[in-house]
Amino acid sequence: MNISLTINGEKITRDIATNLLLADFLRDNLRLTGTHVGCDTTQCGCCIIHLNNKAVKSCTMLAVQADGAQITTIEGLAGANGALHPVQEAFREHHGLQCGFCTPGMVMMGADIVRRLPGADEATIRHQLEGNICRCTGYQGIVEAIMDASSQAKGI
Amino acid sequence: MLGIDKKKLRVISLDVGGGFGIRSKRYPETAAVAWAAKHINQPVKWRGDRSETFVSDHHGRDQVNDAVMGLDKNGRVIALRLETIVNVGAYSGDNGPRLPIDGGGRIIPCGYDIEKFYFSVKPVYTNTVPTDTYRGAGRPEANYIMERLMDAAAEECGLTRDEIRRRNLIPLSKMPYRTQMNFVYDSGDFIGTMDKTLELADWKGFASRRKETEKRGKLRGIGLASFVEQAGGRPTEEMRVKFDENGKATVFAGTFSHGQGHETVYAQMVNDYLGVPFDQIDFVQGDTDTTPPGGVGTFGSRSSMMGGVAIKRSCGQIIMKGKKIAAHLLQADPAAVTFENGLFRVGVSSISIQDVARAASDPAKLPEGVTPGLDESNLFEREPDLNNFPNGCHICEVEVDPELGTIEIVKYTALDDCGVVLNPLIVHGQVYGGVAQGIGQALTEDAIYDSESGQLLAGSFMDYGMPRAHHLSMIEAHFTDDQPCKTNDLGVKGAGEAGACGAPPAFVSAVCDALTPYGVKHIDMPLTPERVWTAIQQAKAHKAA
Repeated sequence: MNISLTINGEKITRDIATNLLLADFLRDNLRLTGTHVGCDTTQCGCCIIHLNNKAVKSCTMLAVQADGAQITTIEGLAGANGALHPVQEAFREHHGLQCGFCTPGMVMMGADIVRRLPGADEATIRHQLEGNICRCTGYQGIVEAIMDASSQAKGI
Repeated sequence: MLGIDKKKLRVISLDVGGGFGIRSKRYPETAAVAWAAKHINQPVKWRGDRSETFVSDHHGRDQVNDAVMGLDKNGRVIALRLETIVNVGAYSGDNGPRLPIDGGGRIIPCGYDIEKFYFSVKPVYTNTVPTDTYRGAGRPEANYIMERLMDAAAEECGLTRDEIRRRNLIPLSKMPYRTQMNFVYDSGDFIGTMDKTLELADWKGFASRRKETEKRGKLRGIGLASFVEQAGGRPTEEMRVKFDENGKATVFAGTFSHGQGHETVYAQMVNDYLGVPFDQIDFVQGDTDTTPPGGVGTFGSRSSMMGGVAIKRSCGQIIMKGKKIAAHLLQADPAAVTFENGLFRVGVSSISIQDVARAASDPAKLPEGVTPGLDESNLFEREPDLNNFPNGCHICEVEVDPELGTIEIVKYTALDDCGVVLNPLIVHGQVYGGVAQGIGQALTEDAIYDSESGQLLAGSFMDYGMPRAHHLSMIEAHFTDDQPCKTNDLGVKGAGEAGACGAPPAFVSAVCDALTPYGVKHIDMPLTPERVWTAIQQAKAHKAA
């Protein structure tokens, strides 16, 4: 089936199988391997992308369902001139990653939290991260980074 | 299995995700992929999905321990008998049956000065997924046993939990201390560290915090764990520091960073020892064609104590050779050349190490008998039994909802002695991660099998209790650095696994303390809401009867 969509600002048309998952389409067909797949049960959150400006687990929808959509992946989050997104900057500042496997999903989720809930407190951010798993950091640097970016977004 | 010369086999390992012990093993799949590629003469790719890896990658911990401890009337432990049964699963991994001996056995009975000690280990085969190395590898188990025993002993002797430990921990005056298992703790102030942690966690002020919690209908508990870790793994490691003809330095590492931030710490070391700017330092790892042949890897909290020492020594060799070249370039006596902040100096003349490296690539600029290049490797070998012994004290404070059995961690204070800290940000990260992993084990994680069919029920992240961000709270981590390690050049002790040793006993101690009103003395991990609630109900029924 033919689908057309915009990924990281670029219009793309592809003929794909209807049972292809969006995560596999991004990784295998488009080689956008920044989107990670860490489980097969929609639990780990490594595959989170922005679909029409909302955080979505790309392992849990079909690529054909994204026909006509605007998608941002981790590769497209930084500014055009390479300037890091405030959440990426905050992850660097707060040691928000160790092995880096969960990081793309954490950053995409973090950016979504900051957009929806500027100024969110620690408990809110921890609950918002319910769908993202990290084994390395104890979530400490991740939560600190999102809190920081979130208060900056509110101008605190 | 492949029947080819080792030199013809190249292994490239890039970003692999975190390790935690699981990545340190040889799995049949890896060998089968290489064999298949050779057999069909085609590249072969294999990817295990998460549900597969739940049953193909080894699991951890799984011990049953029977311990008896005898104390005198002053609360001093006289003797301890510990019988460990370890489940190795259906097949024996290379470390599985050895973990209580080579891991836990190097520290048991941990920080305690116990005169008479009996210890036996019995590995058993079962029909579960094999067990093997998992963050801490035998040491979290050993510390957990000792700390639960100490809590029980405190209760029996009518002493506080800190006092029973104060009476039994190895005092600073006995360092270095030869353990019952014939290892030597080179350094560590166990009692001092515990006392400092009690202050940092405001142990004394707990009673008023408990009252405040009780006003809200909840229970509050505090628990502590004093622990000893053992770091080092295999006793050799090779590192190489090489300058190219443009004066740029590259560290070729025998270790393998998978989240530990070696590219940062090693660059920091080269910058510190050789004065090379950070943007002039490259890092190469994970390729058997380019990394040193004596490379062993990263596990057992060993990279700084093994790889770090080898880097320091490689840099020392570079300075030695650099002095000869600098002396030749400056027309001076090599013995008169000094090196500091990246500059070789003789009197008022000086030349930078990067300029020396550039000159070193040109044989015409070298003194007689000096080979071209500024490129030194060091194969560091330590005495096999000279591990080091990170230690510390962790204090956990929880609130328990007696109606639901749920637990909230409200305060966690960690004081770690990992010797000299090379990079606080990175070592803090290791502590946070280790503590979270220990809390996970104690709160939610369990490989549950169906008792009838033997089927693994916790076979996906839907069923296995990986801790999420909301299960944890901010961890307050501190270091005590007044007891540097005496057995390596850097004074460092391992840092990667200590958190996983301290957290389970501190957490369980806190929850049991919260349940004091019901007389609950112990609950086996993990302390799920169901187990906590059941323990409360049973205690209530027992009281009523």
